[in-house]
Amino acid sequence: MNSTEESRARSEYRRREESITLSAVEEQIEDARATGGGPELLTLNFGPHHPATHGVLRLLVNLQGEVVRDIKPIIGYVHTGIEKTAEDKSYWKVIPVIERMDYLSYYFNSMAFVGAVETLLEVEVPKRAQYLRVIHMELNRIMSHLVWLGTSALDLGAISMLWYCFRERERICDLFEMSSGQRMHTRYFQVGGVIEDIPVGFAAKLAEFVAEMPGRADQYKALLHRNEIVLNRLRGVCPLDTDTLLGLGVTGPLLRASGNPWDLRKAAPYCSYGDFDFKIPVGTVGDNYDRYAVRMAEIYESVKIIEQALAGLPEGPVMTSDRKVALPPRHELATSMEALIHHFKLVTEGFRVPPGEVYNPIEGPRGELGCFVRSDGSSKPARVHMRDPSFVNLQAFSHIAEGSYIADMIAALAMLDPVLGGIDR
Amino acid sequence: MPDATGLELIGQELGDAVLETVFFRDRATLLIDPQSIRSVLAHLRGKGYTFMASVHGVDYYPEEPRLGVVYELLDMGRVDRITVKLRVPSDAPEVDSVTPDTPQGAGWPTCDHQEREVYDMFGVVFRGHPDLRRILMPEDYEGHPQRRDFPLGGEPVIFTYNEPHGPRSQR
Amino acid sequence: MEVERSPIGDRPTGPSQAAPGVTVDPQALRVSRLNARQLLRGGEVEGRNPSAHLEGADLERHVEERVLTTTLDRAVAWARSNSFFPATFGLACCAMEQITTVASRVDIARFGFEAFRASPRQADLLILSGRVSIKMAPIVRRIYDQMLEPKWSIAMGACCSSMGVFNNYALVPADKFMPVDVHVPGCPPRPEALMYGIIKLQKMVQNNAVPGWRERYDAAGTEETLPGA
Repeated sequence: MNSTEESRARSEYRRREESITLSAVEEQIEDARATGGGPELLTLNFGPHHPATHGVLRLLVNLQGEVVRDIKPIIGYVHTGIEKTAEDKSYWKVIPVIERMDYLSYYFNSMAFVGAVETLLEVEVPKRAQYLRVIHMELNRIMSHLVWLGTSALDLGAISMLWYCFRERERICDLFEMSSGQRMHTRYFQVGGVIEDIPVGFAAKLAEFVAEMPGRADQYKALLHRNEIVLNRLRGVCPLDTDTLLGLGVTGPLLRASGNPWDLRKAAPYCSYGDFDFKIPVGTVGDNYDRYAVRMAEIYESVKIIEQALAGLPEGPVMTSDRKVALPPRHELATSMEALIHHFKLVTEGFRVPPGEVYNPIEGPRGELGCFVRSDGSSKPARVHMRDPSFVNLQAFSHIAEGSYIADMIAALAMLDPVLGGIDR
Repeated sequence: MPDATGLELIGQELGDAVLETVFFRDRATLLIDPQSIRSVLAHLRGKGYTFMASVHGVDYYPEEPRLGVVYELLDMGRVDRITVKLRVPSDAPEVDSVTPDTPQGAGWPTCDHQEREVYDMFGVVFRGHPDLRRILMPEDYEGHPQRRDFPLGGEPVIFTYNEPHGPRSQR
Repeated sequence: MEVERSPIGDRPTGPSQAAPGVTVDPQALRVSRLNARQLLRGGEVEGRNPSAHLEGADLERHVEERVLTTTLDRAVAWARSNSFFPATFGLACCAMEQITTVASRVDIARFGFEAFRASPRQADLLILSGRVSIKMAPIVRRIYDQMLEPKWSIAMGACCSSMGVFNNYALVPADKFMPVDVHVPGCPPRPEALMYGIIKLQKMVQNNAVPGWRERYDAAGTEETLPGA
């Protein structure tokens, strides 16, 4: 074929392709509705075992054709009874249990709990420990956003993002392993401070990571930010306004994407966050693209916080010196009788917390993570409740995805960033 | 948090509904009569506490009234938190649900799943809730696990091929 | 094609012919296999033979089930062991480390297992990564049943093997409702540990004939027929 015939054949194909619309189907639906038949709804079960549901989330989706009319999430498939187990253990033994709740933000889980217990005990956390906590929490925030980005891009079809994001995650897990010995669920935060000081070489490795991370995030942006497919799938899709979100109790990047700059790190600073200079990225429309862009921007802000915390890391103890709460240093056990008795009581029974109830909220990667601790004066908590952000944010999902196609629903679920461990506890 | 005097003022405004005010570790708590939960929350919403951060249950076993429901409210404008607590006895564990909109006032849509969780874990029945069923446990589960007299449970550890009386014991 | 049998760790892989606690050294295993081959050919047997009481058709079946006599069997076992299709099945925290085995540092694709299949009908390896709650247990069992023979399962992490950090009303150990071939300890296990568990399973499959799981774990007769089916 010569070139003019080819181009004619191709444009004929294009014309035919563009002439296909859904008008015939829509006419049918209109007819059915006009004759009183009503729209016929198909209930589809996105079972708990599904490659795109980010965990064991079950969705009952009412579909009209391919348009989503209603979504009912069914959860509880990874319910672990964490809160009940926590009532059975002494306060410092609760920390490993409570860390495993929202398994992508383990430092935040332990920070919420430890902060609540420290409020009840009225112990003061030394400045160095606070800065170390901030460093680890912001590293965890970056890691959580990287895992979110990798798995969400996988859902959208940008499969290689998974390998890039997990490459950075490996570096962060190496840092965690350096400071505490474990990659995940490190029980690094303890009541009164952190369990031990950072080793030699941690600061250098962290500085290397911090220097490289913005460049890597730029690479991800170059791949995704202006990508035509990403823009088509996320821009203008599934928007939700601030008032509905506030009514549903949604916090975190979802709320910030719709324009409300609510962030507990700025609004009610805890753990020395007030010492650092960082911005809160905020979206405008509240659609899927804003949710994605807000989280990408938060990675840069977290890197800034870590830089400042590392530069300003003060000298000093990493654990409170209140012997009723924290173990005495080992060398004291040889000389001081009180230290020995304190050590013995802390290890066998644990510290006792004065009776009271406290709710301690912090800003996790998905929103407001709160921990409610009720103590009755003994060495075991009487009630521990974690207010998980994903649990509350999931209620907004049916509002977000209503009226969109199934593919948009999958993208909206990815942008919602649910972590089933936190939802089900 | 409203400071101690601010808390007392709120308590006086609400009058009979408030059984006790607690100001502990710079946090304000109102212990209210369970019948008036909707009006108390509506009043606090009018004062600016428009965001419901959390609804959760507590079991005060063995003191009666045993089952507590705690509502955490947040005023985003002034960054102020207040806690509203109520306690119901275990022989009549019923509270009005604050989720749906009623002719008396708007509801709090965020309490939907959270009240279901309190029902599932503690057995507190929320009257008027649009869809009160178990959320974390299987639908046919019996018992309310997070009550303090519910046993912690647990299973003995078994492995596929190390059991003393298992199928591979002959080898 | 000679399959190299080198034990991983200090215990030879595969279902042990002795009672738990007694180590079987690889040389004795090789001797008993050679003896079995001898028996098939109708010859005499020297040394220890635990299956000496079997006769005739029983003996032939015993040997067939446990000894890779033919080259074709060994070739098929080698091919099966080098091309597991894991099912995309992540439950909780261990799933994060499972995804990390797919990622670039501990690359599961080097071994040929990168084809994670979403449908259990197309998968033959179920890596249970995470805690199995009582609501999820029947669903896991259903997915395991939907997988076609031969199929294997790895219980990754402490929670599904032995209740882990939480021993309470909400969890079920995986061995209670489905057979598990390899348990990988850890909370969560490092990606390298999971890889070690998968390689161990690979050696198990390479060295032994693969009957269905009911024969492997003596569960014949436990099939459940639904009424009306």
